[in-house]
Amino acid sequence: MTSMDFSTVLPEVLLSLYAMAALIGGVCLGKDKVAPFISWLTVAILVLFAALVGLQSGSRVAFGGLFIEDAFSRFAKVLILLSAAGVLAMSADYQERRNLMRFEYPILITLAVVGMMMMVSAGNLMSLYIGLELQSLALYVVAALRRDSTRSSEAGLKYFVLGALSSGILLYGAALTYGFTGTTDFAGIMTTVTTENLPLGVLFGMVFLIIGLAFKVSAVPFHMWTPDVYEGSPSSVTAFFATAPKVAAMALLARLLMDAFGMVPDQWGQIIALLSVVSILGGAIAAIGQMNIKRLMAYSSITHMGFALLGLTAGTAQGVAAMLLYMSVYVAMNIGMFAFILSMERDGQPITDIRSLHMLAKRGPMRAWALLILLFSLAGVPPMVGFWAKFSVLLAAVQAGYVWAAVFAVIGSGIAAFYYLRIVYFMYFGTEEEEGIDKRIAPAQRVLLIASAVIMLAGSVNLFGIEGMAQMAAAALVN
Amino acid sequence: MQNLLSIITFIPVLAAIILAIVMRGGTEAADRNAKWFALTATSVTFLVSLFLLAGYNPNNTDFQFVEQTKWILGMNYKVGVDGISLIFVMLITFLMPITICSAWTNEKRVKEYMIAFLVLETFMIGVFTALDIVLFYLFFEASLIPMFLIIGVWGGRQRVYATFKFFLYTFLGSVLMLVGIAWMFAIAGTTDIPTLMEYDFPSMPVDVLGFSIPGGVQTLLFLAFFASFSVKTPMWPVHTWLPDAHVQAPTAGSVDLAAILLKMGGYGFLRFSLPMFPVGTELLADFIMWLSVIAIIYASLVALVQTDMKKLIAYSSVAHMGFVTLGIFSVNKQGIDGAVYTMLSHGFVSSALFLSVGFIYDRLHTREIAAFGGLVKRMPVYAMLFMFFTMANVGLPGTSSFVGEFLSLAGAFQANRLLAVLATTGVILSACYGLWLYRRMFFGPMLKESLKAVVDLDLREKAMLAPLVIMTLLLGVYPSLLTDIIGPTVANLVENYHASLAAAGAVAVAH
Repeated sequence: MTSMDFSTVLPEVLLSLYAMAALIGGVCLGKDKVAPFISWLTVAILVLFAALVGLQSGSRVAFGGLFIEDAFSRFAKVLILLSAAGVLAMSADYQERRNLMRFEYPILITLAVVGMMMMVSAGNLMSLYIGLELQSLALYVVAALRRDSTRSSEAGLKYFVLGALSSGILLYGAALTYGFTGTTDFAGIMTTVTTENLPLGVLFGMVFLIIGLAFKVSAVPFHMWTPDVYEGSPSSVTAFFATAPKVAAMALLARLLMDAFGMVPDQWGQIIALLSVVSILGGAIAAIGQMNIKRLMAYSSITHMGFALLGLTAGTAQGVAAMLLYMSVYVAMNIGMFAFILSMERDGQPITDIRSLHMLAKRGPMRAWALLILLFSLAGVPPMVGFWAKFSVLLAAVQAGYVWAAVFAVIGSGIAAFYYLRIVYFMYFGTEEEEGIDKRIAPAQRVLLIASAVIMLAGSVNLFGIEGMAQMAAAALVN
Repeated sequence: MQNLLSIITFIPVLAAIILAIVMRGGTEAADRNAKWFALTATSVTFLVSLFLLAGYNPNNTDFQFVEQTKWILGMNYKVGVDGISLIFVMLITFLMPITICSAWTNEKRVKEYMIAFLVLETFMIGVFTALDIVLFYLFFEASLIPMFLIIGVWGGRQRVYATFKFFLYTFLGSVLMLVGIAWMFAIAGTTDIPTLMEYDFPSMPVDVLGFSIPGGVQTLLFLAFFASFSVKTPMWPVHTWLPDAHVQAPTAGSVDLAAILLKMGGYGFLRFSLPMFPVGTELLADFIMWLSVIAIIYASLVALVQTDMKKLIAYSSVAHMGFVTLGIFSVNKQGIDGAVYTMLSHGFVSSALFLSVGFIYDRLHTREIAAFGGLVKRMPVYAMLFMFFTMANVGLPGTSSFVGEFLSLAGAFQANRLLAVLATTGVILSACYGLWLYRRMFFGPMLKESLKAVVDLDLREKAMLAPLVIMTLLLGVYPSLLTDIIGPTVANLVENYHASLAAAGAVAVAH
């Protein structure tokens, strides 16, 4: 049995071992001098693991239910691994030019990824918490990666304090749930908590658990840390925050709600619907005034998380599949967006003001085209893939009877369209020749930006079959 | 030819891709190549679409040239045409070469300009051929992107305000339709338009926030679609984006906007609102007819006081669209025939008027009516053509507008006499603003120095207007050319409407 257990968690174990080995190797071989090598090696390893994980099939449970390996967790893991690889690939150049090329960075990212893989496989409140903390601790450190910058340190500290608070709330919820059901196992909770048997304590526990995770996915009103952390952290770290951790937290939330509290969807459906609607509207309205592209992306991610939550609201397999599809598209768009943001420089210095994009259409037509496609996709305008993602969650929500939530959601997306279009305005409509951004873009960033834009267009043909995979993943979760 | 419709739809976008990837922009020769290439592509599209017209059997009220392939999210890629959509496809393919010609004088980023129009053509054709409701939405919404860029990049001085207003108005309107589509999918379990047209959506009253909504789901769905189509048409009071967009858009953009994009609203009413939500339509038809009459009178009065030529024509478009919605929501054969006829005729006449404004703007770089006067002395051909299209705009018998407006009014008269009488004043008012505009521009003494050197239309400009003159006259004197095509489809539509209304047992509720 033990060997079976270990073969199930093999990818996580190997990845942790790699992180340890890289750490020792890095310390012995001259620290930051080997950083670029470790960085690219990590990219290769992450992609390799994505392939390994993705090629497995079936579903297995290890350690007496602590760890679940099924189609759902595989889907999320592949997404997490690929997005981490993408972010590392595009940040190499950025960090080198900023003197931020530390060998700890890829290692911390790897550890965070292990934590996320743990999260999405968690079948128990204990393993949930351990995975979450492993991820969070690594992220607190990378947020403060630029040690000599007060803003970066502030971002790290702020993230840490609020992260600790949310972890505390989550733990309190876990404790209440355990106290009233007598088990921390998701399957056990599911058999205990039914519509007939629903102690008030469990409800409190559930709400606290949801709140704890709402902090992690930065849903309004638990989003306050997001803009500051996004702005303060180095852009390469922001890119990471915006992608993989969101997938992990959203997948974890899905598993918690569908597995542990799967018998009482009416109890949490309203909460998630409300979180979703206020996130969409809040993110959309707050982003209107933003001139800093990183803050703008922070609010944009809040809006997008709102849409992903709308899929969860449905509480059906279709809803989970829609959520997974949404997250895949979201990650693909954000990789492209951040590849662009990392390339934004003026006179060699990074710049985040969107006014600096003035007449980019003249200075870098290819980049402007790619960004144009990404922005329309973010706004959810067809025929870009962003539209299909949005439509699938709307469909799931409406079919589950949440028409009101869908109406608010689309109004929010109409508002959100404004600030995406404003970037288009700066790129294309300007007349006076102001100083723009440099023409330089690193090869990796260019490849990712253009690949992301092409995916947004070409994906409309068949969504690359992701729809079918998401449905399989959702089916694995719901049963 | 099995895939004729897909071929017609995707020729332009293929041309755009070739233009984007293969051909270089920037130099004068490259720009010229880009223009000729776009003109060839649109002309080829038109020629291919003639096969469609030739192969269409008007007496068969089913959808024809249907193609169907499985797609994503449980929908199909399904296209096909009936009488109504066929004539709009023909209108688009007919007008696009003219549009490209009118963009000939543009010198700013020519290659991108051509790409935008080619992409726009694909999206516009797609709107009218889509037989899957999500596919329809995709094209409907996607057509905003090229238009947003056309106005924003190549527009006039206030272009940014105008294009944002255009995009956000229409986008906010259509996302509500998206929820409606999702809801229809949830209820009927399909996105197939012919199936949905047969499907009876529930019309039992439902409670929303304590209010009982008569007509229930049908009314709510009707309103969701109405939000989108009324903005697009545009109907009073959500028409205000149109004058701004028109004034700021480049000539070619104005032509497409007036001639085709506006028709998507009217087409949407005919394709979705009437056949799918008959109870909702019946309950709200009176209200919408009132809005239409207000639009006709109000827009005509506003047009009277305009100082900008383009704005005047834009408001006259709003008034004409009032006739369209008036005809549609009188829900009888004459009314709907008239509405479709008016849409088509407005496609020719308004594009000709916008082209004419473009010609004089190219020469004098102003659209202020006060800047002109006595033009007839220097530009006799232009004056004659402008007179013709002004008369067509007014609805003079012998031009296509007369047939359309007459039928719309005849339909409205059967549905609601008072409204028909009120709407008829619009015809008089349109004569007022049209003729007054003409007098101020072309007659009187030629006072301005700048006007003395102005030259008459050249060959390219005449060639652009000539087909429009022919079509306007032809449809004016020989209406059955068109009514033969749309007639059976419209008759079928009206028949099904009353049948499903009777089946829903809601006739008593509505009256």
